[in-house]
Amino acid sequence: MAYPAQYRYTKEHEWIDVKDGVATIGITDYAQHELGDVVFVELPKVGTKTVAGKSFGTVESVKAVSELYAPAAGEVIDVNAALQNTPEKINTDPHGAGWLIKIRLSNAAEISGLMDAAAYEAYIAEKGKEASA
Amino acid sequence: MESVTSPTITQLRKTPLNPLHRCLAAKMVPFDGWDMPVEYPASGGLIAEHRAVRGSVGLFDVSHMGDIRIGAGRKPGGALAAVQHVSMNDASLMAIGQAHYSAMLYPEGTFVDDVIVHRLGEEDYLLVINAGTREKDIRWVRENTKSFDCVVEDLSDAYTQLAIQGPCAAEVLQELTDANLSAIKNYWFTHGTVCGLRNILIARTGYTGEDGFEIYVPSDRATSEEVWAKVMEAGREFGIIPCGLGARNTLRLEAKMALYGHEISDKINVWEAGLDRYCKMEKGDFIGRAALERARAAGLTRTLVGMEMIDRGIARDGYGVYNEAGEAVGVITSGSPSPTLGKNIALAYVPPALASVGTTLYVEIRTRKCKAQVVPTPFYKRPKRAAAPQTAKTA
Repeated sequence: MAYPAQYRYTKEHEWIDVKDGVATIGITDYAQHELGDVVFVELPKVGTKTVAGKSFGTVESVKAVSELYAPAAGEVIDVNAALQNTPEKINTDPHGAGWLIKIRLSNAAEISGLMDAAAYEAYIAEKGKEASA
Repeated sequence: MESVTSPTITQLRKTPLNPLHRCLAAKMVPFDGWDMPVEYPASGGLIAEHRAVRGSVGLFDVSHMGDIRIGAGRKPGGALAAVQHVSMNDASLMAIGQAHYSAMLYPEGTFVDDVIVHRLGEEDYLLVINAGTREKDIRWVRENTKSFDCVVEDLSDAYTQLAIQGPCAAEVLQELTDANLSAIKNYWFTHGTVCGLRNILIARTGYTGEDGFEIYVPSDRATSEEVWAKVMEAGREFGIIPCGLGARNTLRLEAKMALYGHEISDKINVWEAGLDRYCKMEKGDFIGRAALERARAAGLTRTLVGMEMIDRGIARDGYGVYNEAGEAVGVITSGSPSPTLGKNIALAYVPPALASVGTTLYVEIRTRKCKAQVVPTPFYKRPKRAAAPQTAKTA
């Protein structure tokens, strides 16, 4: 699956898509593969503040619980409610319909520290090498 | 996104089928010191694997399991006496060709391991043991059978153990063997030719709560891969898929089969675990018996119950269990979404007063206390089919 060029990526495998100060956040295709079938998602309420690098929720497969880390600080303005009944959207469309939350960024400059698609792809290629070593 | 618990990588052991699993792009994880497939995303992943076993058939590599043979010494009777001494079920009740679920106990009445004992011959027993407890178990058996006239052999590395599980398992395996599988009852076994290999142990056992077989073939890589391929080929018309330890765990949990280190351990005794029916106090002395007598007289302080989540949330191993007053009353030993039931289920140790079906309990999931209730177990019982024998427990 292609990694959208306009997104930015974290080392914890979240993506963030910024438009006019509003950022949509999700987990990457690599992350959903690592996790397996997603069966449960716990997301913050609208109005919650996110802190860059801090957990804002969890995503669970049958086997495992994974923390979700905020790529940037902001205030949650929308939550993907459809995931409550169809968490598998994170597997089938991680960069689209499987989005998690939208936040209003409090410091847009934070985004510049994140990886672009090319850097992220290089990063996960390196991870893949470690895993098969 | 990052795993909350990341396992430490040490020198992992590999089954003879390890290269094949990697070839199938299985997701590999460290399990009890072994590098094992947890699921095979390319053929559908954990939930698909679980459903294949409940609905048709799946194939598992369970070669990490260990095998201990207790055979005849110079005089008759020694092997049986040794098995009786180190395990809690009554091996004298087994015919040749029969197997049963049992456990080896510490003098405290707690678990060294749970085992399946097979009576191979007049004076010949095979104990199938868990991967994580292999070395400990073998030492334990050697130590505690010293005074018996028997021979103890570690056959753990001699076999590739494959589990063919599901309602169509018999049809699949029958294509590959001359043994009449319909004549093998649940928890019985035979020896037959499988894939042209003679004298293969074929047991109607498993760890899924479904009908199925476990076969023990020579552990060289070529033979192991050939048998695996032939089972997959024979199972193709039934939609067979390779299944990993993830599905193995959800399947056994639905059937309320114990997992060492979770429902049973060196801290938990037989009565607490509810395995009374496999513990034959009347058979005579065995290791752990005296402590179990005392424990029975003293009464239970905790017991294993099945729970179902009412609130949204998945109970996981180690999460705390609370009563309605908010007091800590127990701990989850295994918890998972149940693919068959579409609910989140768990096993937990709680005081007997809170063990009745319908009791409301709370599970602490991260910062929230989520409502759950005690439900009857097993969570899943396979439908009775014509000629399909009663399900039982397995190691």
